[in-house]
Amino acid sequence: MKKKRSIMHSIAAAPHIFWAILFIVLPLFIVVFYAFTDESGAFTFDNLASLKNYTKLFGLSLELSVLATFVCFLVGYPLAYIIARAPAKRQKIYIMLLMLPMWTNLLIRTYSIMAILDDGGFLNQLLNTELHIIGTKGAVIFGMVYDFLPYMVLPIYTCISKIDKHMWEAASDLGCNTFQVITKVIFPLSLSGVISGITMVFVPSISTFYISQKLGGGTFELIGDTIERQFVSGALNTGAAISLVMMILILISLGIMNKFSDADEGGIIV
Amino acid sequence: MAKLIELKGISKSYDGEKVIDSMNLYIRDKEFITLLGPSGCGKTTTLRIIGGFETADEGQLYFDGVEISDVPAHKRHVNTVFQKYALFPHLNVYENIAFPLRLKKVSEEEIKTKVTEMLKMVALVGFENKSVSTLSGGQQQRVAIARALVSHPRVLLLDEPLGALDLKLRKDMQNELKTIQQAIGITFIYVTHDQEEALSMSDTIVVMADGEIQQIGTPTDIYNEPKNAFVADFIGESNIIDGIMLEDKKVKLASHVFECVDSGYEQGEPVDVVIRPEDVDVVAPEKGMLTGKVTSVTFKGVHYEIIVDIKGFKWMIQSTDYVAPEATIGVYIEPDAIHIMKKSKYSGKFGDYSSFSDEIDQLSDADAAEEF
Amino acid sequence: MKKHLSTAYLVLIFGILYIPILTLIFFSFNSENSTAVFGEFSFRWYKELFNSPDTFTALRNTLILAISSATIATVIGTAAAEGIYKMRSKVLKATINSVTNIPMMNPDIVTGMSMMLFFVVVAGILRISYDDMGFVAMLIAHITFCLPYVILSVLPRITEFGDSLSEAALDLGCTPMQAFFKVKLPNIMHGVVSGFVMAFTLSLDDFVISYFVGSSKFQTLPLLIYSMTKKKVTPDMYALSTLIIITIFALLIFSNVRSGREEERRKRKAARK
Repeated sequence: MKKKRSIMHSIAAAPHIFWAILFIVLPLFIVVFYAFTDESGAFTFDNLASLKNYTKLFGLSLELSVLATFVCFLVGYPLAYIIARAPAKRQKIYIMLLMLPMWTNLLIRTYSIMAILDDGGFLNQLLNTELHIIGTKGAVIFGMVYDFLPYMVLPIYTCISKIDKHMWEAASDLGCNTFQVITKVIFPLSLSGVISGITMVFVPSISTFYISQKLGGGTFELIGDTIERQFVSGALNTGAAISLVMMILILISLGIMNKFSDADEGGIIV
Repeated sequence: MAKLIELKGISKSYDGEKVIDSMNLYIRDKEFITLLGPSGCGKTTTLRIIGGFETADEGQLYFDGVEISDVPAHKRHVNTVFQKYALFPHLNVYENIAFPLRLKKVSEEEIKTKVTEMLKMVALVGFENKSVSTLSGGQQQRVAIARALVSHPRVLLLDEPLGALDLKLRKDMQNELKTIQQAIGITFIYVTHDQEEALSMSDTIVVMADGEIQQIGTPTDIYNEPKNAFVADFIGESNIIDGIMLEDKKVKLASHVFECVDSGYEQGEPVDVVIRPEDVDVVAPEKGMLTGKVTSVTFKGVHYEIIVDIKGFKWMIQSTDYVAPEATIGVYIEPDAIHIMKKSKYSGKFGDYSSFSDEIDQLSDADAAEEF
Repeated sequence: MKKHLSTAYLVLIFGILYIPILTLIFFSFNSENSTAVFGEFSFRWYKELFNSPDTFTALRNTLILAISSATIATVIGTAAAEGIYKMRSKVLKATINSVTNIPMMNPDIVTGMSMMLFFVVVAGILRISYDDMGFVAMLIAHITFCLPYVILSVLPRITEFGDSLSEAALDLGCTPMQAFFKVKLPNIMHGVVSGFVMAFTLSLDDFVISYFVGSSKFQTLPLLIYSMTKKKVTPDMYALSTLIIITIFALLIFSNVRSGREEERRKRKAARK
């Protein structure tokens, strides 16, 4: 009887399960299928084998996205901390200010940065200089940081604002100065926010193609750009193979990071 | 004993509302002092000012003769046991207790000795590697105490530390806290709204209401010689009746003249008279100094709680003998059971049991527990 | 001192965050066809925006897509959250959760690629041209990536709400369906609404997945913007963005003021007690 009831109630999830199998799982299998077949549909390793030509590109993507994620963390953590420690009313305003740019289309935002930093752009006109910024790694990283910073700040902010306010008092009561309160107590307690922040910045950074197209000034090609190029040129099998490898690469990165955080927590508990 | 902490003219307001009003208080070395009062009386704020988590708007705070009004919390020789313990969830029991020592860069060996010593004191040996979140409330409480004491502060501040524990555990911890305090011989400043807790543990009790100190004294003083209607009502049960001092040792209340032991009032001065429910004897109507009609009788285990209507004023009497509701009884009161107090702004607000019920009491307790 | 430092930091970061937005707004009022050289103040690009049929079609498409995908995702997602909550098997629960989260964790480009390949296969099987699926393909893709966000915002509400009130409703004579619609749903509405809003904005803003799945037959605003930025962006896109920013800013302020007022009222009520 009990079992029957439970199944009856769980039926509410049926449309979703059906949907997920059909439109999430199946498409991923199709990616795998495409990655291992050629245009005629015959099984082949050629697509994956051809990826060795892209090693450098994978390296560059990884380098830029790791750097961007790191900068996001350096800039974002203090920001999240300051917001979380502000009076409740002002916190709301800050979070609103932080979200507002996200409501402007990413393409427009990125384009606007390009228009500012461009050789004949707003910045150079304003300063009356001829700085060459677009096309450098720095510009691409700046774009990534600019576009994805809120993704870093929001989870860290949520995490810090959930920490019992007595933790600050307890820490300083036991002898921590302001800096030690953060390093010894608050940072370890906000680690889960940092991890999800890193994930949420790293994944879109490593897979972006728009930012590198605009701010890279055509001199850069990242994984995202390559997939996009294969897609445009109709080389779907190679595109699928690169997508597959990128997915695996991200899974491994996230796995390593989770391992790190798990080990950390485990070390404390045990 | 020397003054260890002294508050001089301390005032504090939140949003224009005065929480503490020019408070003067000194605390002696090695004493167990309790700040007692209902929620919103300013007791927690006082504690937080001493701990360094709040700054007073006015007044000075002295520690061992030195002003520390502007010294930050981490530089004070004062540690706190927080209401909800505030243990660090990312550290295990051992590391929580070792935390203040590590900040001071104490050697690993010494940390080990000290932490072990503390664990022994709070009876948690063997719990070193447990995560604090797996501990029970009582165990977390002990860790918090050990952590606060490990660096040998001069003063330990305790903010309603037993509030979250169940009744049985609370009694055990009361004894244990007292034992610990006597064993290590430092000052404990304890904040609570529970008068029983205050009476059973403290050397000195400071009764507070509306941001002001109402009375300072030993538990017996406070119970036997309350200074005003507020204190009389807050500590234990009291019948507080309007009376008139006829002359020294003679007071008139409920149209009857009673012998009492107090003197020094003016002739004809209106006063508040406190009579504890356990000090009223039930006698036959013709033998009573006053007579009244029983309106309710509740069995409380040790005694019956009898509400008697005497000339429109409802008295509470605690008696081991049963009386029937609706019966007319006489009451007899010994002279030394009558305590006279000067009129205060609390006169007439407390001490009538006409609307008394246990539920209301519990409700107000719950309110108090929520106090920040 | 510390306070000043924090304030300075906030000003700096928010300043950098807003410079591109402010320049964008600034240049939307440019009389010249440039996003770098300012002529004089004019509404030229706003006029052009309102006279451009392409933009309007795209805007209409975007809204239709966002509303329909958010609605369907909210219905399926809310039902799914209820179903997942009632599920006894922990393994099944965990499996469904991790499958659901795939589109959230996966880079958009991979989700887009996989959905596109899926529709290529479907088109092959049904013997129709890919372009014929235009709106349907887009709708399915958008629902798919919105679903996890809806579930993510509804499920905690359902868990928080628990069983006791639903059981009380059943006890008082509700059928399970009535108990859900009359008791549970009103109480988890906050989560359902925020799930809908999130789905709506995600769909509105999505470019990458739409870019891969979409076809020339169904143009949305982000796709239009992309095709324009391929060449040189004219300030009418800036004008459009400005209008969007102003709308959202007004909405945010409105909702904030309202919730602020409600809070004030609640406080006053509490004080009166």
